[in-house]
Amino acid sequence: MNGLPDFLAATVRTATPLALAALGETVGESAGVINVGLEGIIITGAFAGLVGSITVGVYAGFLAAALAGAVVAALFAVFAIWFRADQIITGTAVTLFGLGLTGTLYRRAFGAGGAALRAATQHATSIPGLSRIPLIGAAFFGQPAITYFTYIIVPLLWWAMYRTRMGLALRAVGENPEAARAAGINPRRVQLAAVLFGGVMGGLAGGTLVLSQVGTFAEGMSAGRGFIAIAVVALGRWHPVGAAIGALLFGAASALQFLFQAMGWAAPYQLFLGLPYLLTLVALAAFGGRHAAPAALGK
Amino acid sequence: MFRNSTVRDVLLRPTVAILAVGLLVTATGYAPGPALSALWRGSFGSPYVIVSATLLRATPLILTGLAVAIAFRASVWNIGAEGQFLAGATATAALGTLTGASLGWTSLPLALILGAAAGAAWAGIAAWLRRRFGVLEVISTIMLNFLALDCVAWLVRGPLQEPTHIYPQTSMLANAFNMPRLFATRLHAGFLLALIAAIIAGWVLRQTAPGFRLRATGANPFAAASAGQIDVARTATRAFLVSGAIAGLAGAIEVTGVTHALYEDISPGYGYTAIAVALLAGLEPYAVIASGILFGALEAGAAAMQRDAGVPSVVVSVVEATLILVFLIPRARERTA
Repeated sequence: MNGLPDFLAATVRTATPLALAALGETVGESAGVINVGLEGIIITGAFAGLVGSITVGVYAGFLAAALAGAVVAALFAVFAIWFRADQIITGTAVTLFGLGLTGTLYRRAFGAGGAALRAATQHATSIPGLSRIPLIGAAFFGQPAITYFTYIIVPLLWWAMYRTRMGLALRAVGENPEAARAAGINPRRVQLAAVLFGGVMGGLAGGTLVLSQVGTFAEGMSAGRGFIAIAVVALGRWHPVGAAIGALLFGAASALQFLFQAMGWAAPYQLFLGLPYLLTLVALAAFGGRHAAPAALGK
Repeated sequence: MFRNSTVRDVLLRPTVAILAVGLLVTATGYAPGPALSALWRGSFGSPYVIVSATLLRATPLILTGLAVAIAFRASVWNIGAEGQFLAGATATAALGTLTGASLGWTSLPLALILGAAAGAAWAGIAAWLRRRFGVLEVISTIMLNFLALDCVAWLVRGPLQEPTHIYPQTSMLANAFNMPRLFATRLHAGFLLALIAAIIAGWVLRQTAPGFRLRATGANPFAAASAGQIDVARTATRAFLVSGAIAGLAGAIEVTGVTHALYEDISPGYGYTAIAVALLAGLEPYAVIASGILFGALEAGAAAMQRDAGVPSVVVSVVEATLILVFLIPRARERTA
């Protein structure tokens, strides 16, 4: 077994859904809204992706995942933005809602033993030339299309957030909604748009799990990725490029087991599973302090 | 924003809960009649299920709900009751595995103290990260939950595994670690401890200086610091540690009262349900008793619903979410007004 290429490929694979979700959450948090419901959005996206894929096809699956993510995000927005209920509490409820609803619907539609269910999946597409680059080529350019979509979103988002009036309005609302209002911006509308964008991206992240990776749905298969994505946003210091790097770091920490196995280290498997969480905590302490956050975050 | 919630409020809420279950079950295409009757039979249908199912389930929910309520009252967003519960359960099981029956009658009290200390220590990591580095506790406590689960998974297959190395769990603890049973049912004295803890917490919050400092810190940290000359950071850290200790105690009680061993699935998400329990109680310790029993009944009933009517018990998470959202609306209106 060839350790390093496997390690790199696994890093990019794990990072893709995290990056998608974290990029969306970066936009939402830049507008001052922290959405702990992201976990519920991802799992709903995953379920919708499965339904779309087995009834129509892979790309209908991604579309369904994005739509479902937006719908769950809208539920969050009604309470957190419209009613101005506490964001953390609303998000917690939305996560419970998504996990419970998808579990119930899945069992209802496919029975408890539906694990054998196979959705059509997106195959890896190698990019000619680039995928031949030694060492990193196959890992970064021999992935499913959704990974390349993620590569494109990162610079686009950077441009939209830092080089357009729309992006300025977004960040103004996150830093000081009152000042933004005085400047003629409607903070609620900006926050709603940001949260819905986060929902679409979170839904796509869930879709990626089913449609590009696992090929089927399992109850609770989001497995904390929504929460990890929120940590990745803080790691990336609320910047889209930072979020992408943060997702890659987390992906690398998760993929270390491949490298260690290849090197013949026999450390317990469960400890490897815990390693990414531990590294996230350390990295948050080092780089992710509250002081880098948008000033009005969570208010 | 969570004031004015009373025990009476909590007693009105089962109506919403039952409506939500009925609607949801119907909406997902199951027959509501058999489902609701199974829900009732499994939760309040007979004195036996009330004591041995509902109150038994309510015990960890009251304690973890209390843990969340205390933290939230201080505006400490401790989502980590699950990890702190596991830390407490692990410490208790480790003590039992290492000492066997050698501690005699001191086994049980030591186990409970150690469990609470372990919960406080696990919360202490997040409290320290918050105070020293400004790390949002929402994120750090969730990371610590996952980490705790992975640690338990490793321990019960490694250092703490039962001697035959077949099952991923510790060996059964010696009888000296068993909580006394109540009324010859499955219910144990841990339920009484949960009630006592809620009553003490309610008294401390309402009637004492530390309780006042905690409430002031949560209500308005700037006012508390400037007008009240309260050390806000210290008060928040203490609330965090006490919260962790109570969640850890819940884990210790679950091991000594119910499971008598440690294994991976020891908590079906008590620490997460605890958030719903605390919110429905309006973060009021006395009311946590009532909402803990409500959720204990829902979960016990849901188990019966799955067994007898084939309705998946995960339905309960949707009901919990609906309850939280429904009760956010009037409060949110107050806040906007």
